[in-house]
Amino acid sequence: MYEQFKIRAEGVSAEVYHYATKEAALDFLIGFLQGEGLADTPQACALWAECSFLDNLDRNVLKRVPGLKFVVTRELAAEARFGISQMDWALADTGSLAQNSSAIEQRLVSSLSSIHIAIVPTNGILPDMPALLSRVHPGDCAYLAIITGPSRTADIERVLTIGVHGPERLVIVFVDELGGTI
Amino acid sequence: MGNEFKESITKAVNNANLTGALGKFSEAYKVNRAKAYEGIDFEELRGRIAELKSYAASHLDELSEQFASKAESSGAKVFRTNDPAKVREYILKVAQDNNVKTVVKSKSMATEEIHLNPYLEKAGIEVGETDLGEWIIQLAGQTPSHMVMPAIHMTKEEVSDLFSKEVNERLTSDIPRLVKVAREQLRPAFLAADMGISGGNIAVAETGSIVLMTNEGNARLVTSLPKIHIALVGIEKLIEKYADVATILKALPRSATAQLLTSYVSIITGPTPNPDGSMKGLHIILMDNRRSEMAADPKFKQALQCIRCASCLNVCPIFRLVGGHVFGKVYTGGIGTILTAWFDELKKSEDIQGLCIQCGACKDVCPGKIDIPDLIMEIRRRLVLEQGVPLLQKTIYAVVNNRKLFHGMLRAASVAGKPFTSGKFIRHLPLFLADLTDGRSLPAIAAEPFRDRFKKIIQPKLKERVAFYAGCLIDFAYPEMGESLVRILNKAGYEVLFPEDQTCCGAPARYNGAYEVAANNAVDNIKALLSVDATYVISACPTCTVALAHEFISTFESLGQTEWMSEARELANKTIDFSTLVKKLVDEGRLTMKEGQKLGKITYHDSCHLKRTLKVTEQPRELLQRAGYELAEMFECDTCCGMGGSYSLKLPEISAPILQRKLKNIKDTGASTVAMDCPGCVMQIRGGMDQDGTLIKVRHTVELLAEQLIISSQ
Repeated sequence: MYEQFKIRAEGVSAEVYHYATKEAALDFLIGFLQGEGLADTPQACALWAECSFLDNLDRNVLKRVPGLKFVVTRELAAEARFGISQMDWALADTGSLAQNSSAIEQRLVSSLSSIHIAIVPTNGILPDMPALLSRVHPGDCAYLAIITGPSRTADIERVLTIGVHGPERLVIVFVDELGGTI
Repeated sequence: MGNEFKESITKAVNNANLTGALGKFSEAYKVNRAKAYEGIDFEELRGRIAELKSYAASHLDELSEQFASKAESSGAKVFRTNDPAKVREYILKVAQDNNVKTVVKSKSMATEEIHLNPYLEKAGIEVGETDLGEWIIQLAGQTPSHMVMPAIHMTKEEVSDLFSKEVNERLTSDIPRLVKVAREQLRPAFLAADMGISGGNIAVAETGSIVLMTNEGNARLVTSLPKIHIALVGIEKLIEKYADVATILKALPRSATAQLLTSYVSIITGPTPNPDGSMKGLHIILMDNRRSEMAADPKFKQALQCIRCASCLNVCPIFRLVGGHVFGKVYTGGIGTILTAWFDELKKSEDIQGLCIQCGACKDVCPGKIDIPDLIMEIRRRLVLEQGVPLLQKTIYAVVNNRKLFHGMLRAASVAGKPFTSGKFIRHLPLFLADLTDGRSLPAIAAEPFRDRFKKIIQPKLKERVAFYAGCLIDFAYPEMGESLVRILNKAGYEVLFPEDQTCCGAPARYNGAYEVAANNAVDNIKALLSVDATYVISACPTCTVALAHEFISTFESLGQTEWMSEARELANKTIDFSTLVKKLVDEGRLTMKEGQKLGKITYHDSCHLKRTLKVTEQPRELLQRAGYELAEMFECDTCCGMGGSYSLKLPEISAPILQRKLKNIKDTGASTVAMDCPGCVMQIRGGMDQDGTLIKVRHTVELLAEQLIISSQ
C-alpha cells in the first residue's frame, strides 16, 4: 500500500519520504527546514503542532533550533513559513492524508503555512475512503480533515497552479517507529 | 426566442476567448475524466449514487429532521426554511447579533441562488469571496458562468487587469504570479473576518455532518479562522448514511474536474474550539426553496439526484460554444436549465430550454444518472401546456396531423420549385425545408418520393416479411436510401412491405413540446405499421427508430393516454434499426459480403439517437469493415453534428459552428467517405461538405452496404 500511496501522492505533487526511526526522520526534518531557510524571523519560522512524534523527544534540544516553535497561536501561524503536524491516516488509492483536526492548532499549522510537513505513522496507511470512514466516527471527531496534495487552482484559464490559499508544498514523512512497517 | 436572448448567443459564439477556452477545456476534460475513472465501474457507481440520492429525495422531511436533531445534539444551530428571504434574514440577524463587520465566503451556489452578497452588503457588511474564480467575478461585477469553474469565461489578461486595479500595480498576465497576488490579497481578509460562510457538498442525516470540498484550501480557512461559521445547504445535499459519503466522494471530483479527490475534504460535525478557547458559533441552514415540491413531482424528483459536478456542462456541445452566461445568472448548462425552471420559475427557462439539442451526451456522463434531456423535454411540454403553441406552429401541426394534406404539400413543394425562396409556411415544415442557411446546402425534395418509387420495385417472392418505416427524410428527400434497404433485405430473403398510411414519427412535435400532436402521429403510425403481418419493423433513421421503439410509449405515458399503449408496446418490440438487423443477418449467414474488396479509408459519425438511446455503435462499423472499408476513427466521432431536427433552423448560430467542427474532424482523418446511419445527419453533413466544396462523400451506411452484398448461398 505504501508504494501505491507514494505514486498517487506524488501524482498530485506531494513529496513522500519514509524513515524507520524517529531519529532518522528528525534528522531529515531539521535538515530539510534549514535547507529551506528556517530562521527565527517572520515568514521563515516553523510551527510544530502537538503530536505523538514529539513524545519522549527532548524539546529543549529542539527549541534550540532557531525558528522552530512549539506554541501554536493564530498570530504565529499566520507568519510561519513551515507547519509541522502529525496526520493520523493515509489513503493509498488517492494519496490522501487524514487527521482528526478538531483541535484548531492542527488546522492552523496545516492551512496557513507555505510548506506543510506531515508526519504519518506507517501503520496509518489504509486502502481507501470507506476504510477511513469506517474507522472514524463523527461522534468522536468534530473536524475530519482529508488532504490530498498541496493547495491548487485552475480557475484562471484552466491552468493548474499550485499554492493558492493553502500550502504550496506538502511534504509527507512516514515513520515506522510510530507504528508499522512498509 | 426573444431578441435579447438571440443577441446573447450571437455575442457568445463570436467571443473567441470564450469559445477557445471552453473548447480546449471540453476536449481535455473528456480524456482526463476517462483517466480518472480508470478501473472503476462507472455504471455500478452511478447506480449506487442514483439509488441513495433517490432515497433521500423521497425522504427529505425525515432526513432534514434527523440531520437537525443530530447536528443540534453536537452543538450546531440548525435553521430550516423553505423561503430564500428567511435565509437572508437569518444570516443577517446572526451577523448583527455578533457585531459582524466582515464576512469571508467559500464557494456556494446556494448563496448565489438567493443572491446573498448584495443583501448583506446593503446592510453594511463587507462580503469577500475567497474561491479564486468567485473572487475574480466578484471583482469584475459578474456572475458565475460555470458551477465548478465560475470564471472559466475570462482570460488571464482580463484577470490581470482586474487584479492590477485591485493592488494598484501593473501586473503581467503570468498566471502563477496572479495566483500569488490573490493569496496575498485575501490572506488578511481571512484573518480579519468575523464570520465565514460556506455551502455544503454533502449533508449527512445520521450524523449531522456537513462535507466541504475545495482545491484551494479556502473552505478550511473560512471554517477555521472566523469565530462564526454559517453553512447554507440545499436539502438536496442530504444523504442518509455517513458511509455513503465515500460513494459521493468517489464520483464528485472525478466527474467535476477529473481528480481522484479534491485537495481538501472537511467533514464537520458540530462546533470546534476557536484559537482563543471559545467555541465556534456553527449555524447550518437547510434550505428548501422548492426542492420538496420538486421531490413530489414524479418526473422532476430525479433532478434531486444531482451532486453538482457540472459534468453535464463539460460535455455539452452547446455549452462549449455559448458558455454559461447565456443560460442565466446562477445555475447553467443542462442541469442548470432544470434548476432555473424550478428554483427561479418555469417562465425563466423558456428561452434556455431551447438551447438543448437533445444529443444525450450529458445523460451518458451524469453520476446521478439523471436523464437531463428528458427533463428538458418535460419543461418544453409544460411550457406548451402553460402557454400553448405559437400560431404558426399550430398551423404546421394541424398539417402534420393530417397525413394526406402533409404529404400533398410536400409533393406540391417538389413541383413548386427549388430552392424554396418564398413562402414562409413551407419553410417551417418540420421536414426542415429551410432555404439555405449559413454553411449548409439543403437537399431538394425528391421529384418522386419513396412511396411512389416503392410501387415500381419488383421484389422476388419471399416467405418472410418486414415492414419498412421510411420517415419523412427518406420518403421525401432521400428515396434512394429506401431503395437500397429494399435491395439488401431482399437478398437476405425478406420481402419488404411499405404500409402507405405511415406518416411523420412525431419527433419534431415532441421535441417542441407539442405532445398531443406527437400522440396523434403515434396512433396513425401504430395503425399503419401493425396493419401488416411482418417479423420486424425496420427503420434507417435512428430518430424515427427511437420514436417507434421508445417515444410513442413515453408520449402516451406523459399524457396519461392508455388506449393505444399495448399496441405501442407491440410495435416497440418489433422495431429494429437498420444496422442492427443487417449485422444480425450477416452473422446468421443470410447476407454475405463480396470477398476481398479494398474500398479505401472511411470514417464513421455516430448519430446521437443511435449511439445514446439505441446503444448501437459497433454494428455499422463492423459491417463497413467487413465490406472492405478501412476504418479511420475521427476525433469526437460521437459528438452531435448540430442538426437536431428543427434546432438547426431555430438556432443556426449554434448549429453552424458545431457542424464546422464536425466537418474539420471528418477531414482530418483523410478518409474519402464518411458514413452514418441517420438521414438527418446526412442532410446536415452533406450540406456542409457541399458548401465547403470538399469532395468527401457523405453516405448513409445503407447505401454503402447495398453495393457490397451478394445473395447468400443459403
